[in-house]
Amino acid sequence: MSGPELLLWFFAAASIAGGLLMLVARHPMRVALALISTMISLAGIYALLGVHVIAVFQVLIYVGAVMVFMVYVIMLLDLRDPSFLERFGRHIVPAVVLAAALAAALAAAAGSGRIMTAEELAMYHGPAGTSFAVQPFSAEFLQRYWLHFELTSVLLLAAVVAAIAVVRTGRRRDG
Amino acid sequence: MDRTQLLLGLAFALFSLGFVGVMIRRNALVMLMFMELMLNGVILSLVTFAERSATLSGAVLVFPVFVVAAAEIAIAIPIVLLVARRRRTLDVGAWSELKG
Repeated sequence: MSGPELLLWFFAAASIAGGLLMLVARHPMRVALALISTMISLAGIYALLGVHVIAVFQVLIYVGAVMVFMVYVIMLLDLRDPSFLERFGRHIVPAVVLAAALAAALAAAAGSGRIMTAEELAMYHGPAGTSFAVQPFSAEFLQRYWLHFELTSVLLLAAVVAAIAVVRTGRRRDG
Repeated sequence: MDRTQLLLGLAFALFSLGFVGVMIRRNALVMLMFMELMLNGVILSLVTFAERSATLSGAVLVFPVFVVAAAEIAIAIPIVLLVARRRRTLDVGAWSELKG
């Protein structure tokens, strides 16, 4: 087994282990740290696939923004809340059965398909020699998809306004 | 084992784990984190298919998905905080009147 392949297996196992840790950890902070380790393993997988920009996005946006926000909120909330003492809700058996059915359906769907041969794949392929390196990716991103890039900033602005509006109405009602 | 198969299996496993977590955990913030895990599984499958078919547009599509996830968290957490402040707990079992 070659080095990159070994690393791929390692990162895959690490992300699954992080997901399992999330399920059994009791305190929300431990869940958050397990999720961060899963996300960093996924960033490693993206880097191994050669999609470096996505790996950087994963670390910057997910770990750097979303999860830091989440950790901050967990530390900020001091409700003396016992909710995490009891890990699981009442519906654990039907939930696990349903999730097992979902996983089985996904596996069956994946198993009923087949891996395309190289000739078939070539029919759907992008232009030959497509590279996901930073430079071609950025050129494609900002030349062809600049409008979508700008639209995401509008979406973020709307999200900020909505978050402020939500906090405001809550404060007004509390008096 | 083919690399695409491994990564798709990983994506399915992450999605199913996130699904179990959303269904069985009681803490609202933990449930939000499991939703992020499900989204991560979906993004992994998107990146896998984009890489396999060598289409740059598929990889570019991941960026708006990341931004939507950030926006979702930015709105979901204030809502959770407001409800938690009013009910004095993050336990979703105590929020049963949200059923409507």
